[in-house]
Amino acid sequence: MQRLQFIAQRVVKGIVVLLGIIILNFLLIRMAPGDPASVMAGEAGAADEVFMSQLRKEFGLDRPLHEQLTIYIKNVVTLDLGFSYRQQRPVADLLLERVPATLLLTGTAFLLSLVVGVLLGILAASRVGQWSDSLVTVIALFFYATPIFWVGLMGILLFSVTLGWLPSFGMYTVGGKLTGAAFALDVLHHLILPAITLALFHMAVYARMTRASMLEMRDQDFVRTAHAKGLREGRIVRIHVLRNAILPVITMAGVKAGYLIGGSIVVETVFAWPGIGRLAFETVMQRDYNLLLGVFILTSFMVIAVNLITDVIYSFVDPRIELGQ
Amino acid sequence: MPTKRFLTPLALAAMLVMMPDAPADAQQPQRGGTLSSIISPEPPTLMIGISQTTPTAIVAGKIYESLLRYSTDLKPMPGLAKSWEVSEDGRTYTFRLHENVKWHDGQPFTAEDVVFTATKYLIEVHPRSRPIMQRAESVTAPDRNTVVFRLKEPFAPFIMAWEPSTAPIVPKHIYDGTNYRNNPANQTPIGTGPFKLQEWVRGSHIHLVRNDEYWQPGKPYLDAIYYRVLPDAGARVVAMETGQTHLSAFADIETFEVPRLKAMPHLELTTKGYEYLAQMVWLDFNLRNPPMNDRRFRQAVYYAMDRDFIRDRIWFGLGKIATGPIHSSIPHYDANVPKYPLDLKKSEQLLDEMGLKRGTDGVRVRVTLDALPYGDIYKRLAEYTKQALARVGIEVTIRTSDVAGWGDRVRNWDYEMTHQVLSQLGHPALGVSRLYITSNIRKGVLFSNVNGYTNPRIDELFSKAAVAVEPAQIQAMYSEIQRILVEDVPVAWLLELEFPTFINKQFRNVVTSGIGVRDNFADVHMVRQ
Repeated sequence: MQRLQFIAQRVVKGIVVLLGIIILNFLLIRMAPGDPASVMAGEAGAADEVFMSQLRKEFGLDRPLHEQLTIYIKNVVTLDLGFSYRQQRPVADLLLERVPATLLLTGTAFLLSLVVGVLLGILAASRVGQWSDSLVTVIALFFYATPIFWVGLMGILLFSVTLGWLPSFGMYTVGGKLTGAAFALDVLHHLILPAITLALFHMAVYARMTRASMLEMRDQDFVRTAHAKGLREGRIVRIHVLRNAILPVITMAGVKAGYLIGGSIVVETVFAWPGIGRLAFETVMQRDYNLLLGVFILTSFMVIAVNLITDVIYSFVDPRIELGQ
Repeated sequence: MPTKRFLTPLALAAMLVMMPDAPADAQQPQRGGTLSSIISPEPPTLMIGISQTTPTAIVAGKIYESLLRYSTDLKPMPGLAKSWEVSEDGRTYTFRLHENVKWHDGQPFTAEDVVFTATKYLIEVHPRSRPIMQRAESVTAPDRNTVVFRLKEPFAPFIMAWEPSTAPIVPKHIYDGTNYRNNPANQTPIGTGPFKLQEWVRGSHIHLVRNDEYWQPGKPYLDAIYYRVLPDAGARVVAMETGQTHLSAFADIETFEVPRLKAMPHLELTTKGYEYLAQMVWLDFNLRNPPMNDRRFRQAVYYAMDRDFIRDRIWFGLGKIATGPIHSSIPHYDANVPKYPLDLKKSEQLLDEMGLKRGTDGVRVRVTLDALPYGDIYKRLAEYTKQALARVGIEVTIRTSDVAGWGDRVRNWDYEMTHQVLSQLGHPALGVSRLYITSNIRKGVLFSNVNGYTNPRIDELFSKAAVAVEPAQIQAMYSEIQRILVEDVPVAWLLELEFPTFINKQFRNVVTSGIGVRDNFADVHMVRQ
């Protein structure tokens, strides 16, 4: 019951945050010089007063700003995200087309980075000072310091161009007419490079954090007591050290989920992955206001949801933490 | 019976000329095969009437057609029109259409579709076509396969306005009486072209398939075309290198990658197919502000720019040094104009004459340059311009913004210097005069005479040349225009752009016209290897 109450409170807070994001972004976008009509005129290589005023009238840009904002919020409340000026299609349709690709990419990268990162952290912490610890530290530092786009390009160079093992772009074999398991395997084949590229940076963060956190826990009195009781090393690590050490990693994972979506902009561009990140990048350049705001709403919603889930997971991992307090 | 008099060499070619669409390749084309082409960025829509972006023109050029096409030397070739005539007074254009042409939904294509397109559709939605179509006093369809345009006054470039991106013919039965921009059919384009839209997975690919009822028997040869959306320049190179895609065009491949790809045995490079667009890049001065309002300053800047360097080091040899306002591939170009070779002494001398002496820091004057936001190559051009002008004591501050921000500044005349790049659209009256005539100084309108140049003689010459009928007279007027403008330097013309088109050697007849990869690909075929 307490948990449900907590979730309800957080949902309400989330809606308020989302509303704030909508208003702030709506105003910020319009403060920048230029509008979609300018971009479309630029693309046409020709423009005249008739063309520009036609576009502005059609997009509602000829109305006062407060009126545009009121109309937009009213529409959003009824789940109407409007029409894309540029693509002449409902924003909701355009977003929904891209969500599965982004969820697949970021979800895979999230799990991969968390699982491998934590395992590497445990490995390093349990062998402090040994070569395996040094190796994990060096690898983590390398990927922490290397830009994602460079890792992606080097991956393409090695695995696509030189070795020819993996496709360099796309989500599946276009024109392959694959179905069922063959299609799933094909998607997996295309997913490997982008997911690993996106995961490496975050994996490095989790590995370093797990290692540091575990080393801190290892010196705690209750761990010494466990050793004195004669418990096996594996059990001590799993039950006493890791369970406590993992809490800051979970916190970080919640925060990093937002960064994953940000990172997907780069990875989706490099690997031509048809997701939300790339749509966001293209939309910013085109000043497609409604679509851009739609992307912001969706990504903000995803980050708020992940943070809520993180808080709930907390209470399962450490029953001492009471929700809502 | 009056004797027929031909208007220009162009019109001469246009009149009664029936150039067969003979494939350039000697090998007998076979049916079959799938072409995978890069497209970047993704087109916003495939309704070519409401979007004139290059990606839209490339993909939709296979779906929609116009009355004509143009050869690489810009001679009109048959499109939906199999022949055409121009009256001796230069005011009546009669197009005879191919028979048995069908729209992709099975409805017959007739002259009424052309009348609708020219009198209603294009005038409503197409900013480039509107001023051309408004020159018609009447457009009539005496029978199902004949369209007659009666112009208010002679306009020789009218014959150059019929390529698919400038004047796509749209189906009357689908668009008449509707909101053209919001018509649901824009999502499922219905054209007469050799390919039909099968599927568009946004962010991934566009799949076109052969139109089995295409009006040219036996064509197209290809089964399908896939346009792969590849936003990253590195990924595009890899796709061409590994054979995952077969065709790249325009700025798909960065200029510095061209020498490497050119050496690959499976790829062929051509720079043909951009003649109609005839794109030129120049340095634009806002003539309302000092020191840009002084001709000597503009000439000094021109003398300080090493255009060989720009061509060879920034565009890696792709391009031709521009000599004046008219691109050398379009009609009425004249190379006999004053020249501005790299001459730093002369540049400094002109600046001295203006009284712009070097200060203790070596700077004569400070100017802001708005970098063109069309990609990295224009950032490099802005950086080069800064360095080049620093040598003669002009300190340039580069200001960067996105396309919308840049467009807003330039169209509202809120700039000092900027680079611009624009197409000349097959004729000076269509793509050049708009930049220099006084009547086109229109605040808030991009690609108008934004720098504010005004010269009554230039206005008069452009106006007379557009409606003149004697070829020699027309050429004389355009030659004078070029001489005056090059002396005045309202802008510093830098380079006629060439774009690298890479074609996988399995495919033939990919570029066979002056509209290049924007053409309909009816003749493209695959070679069995």
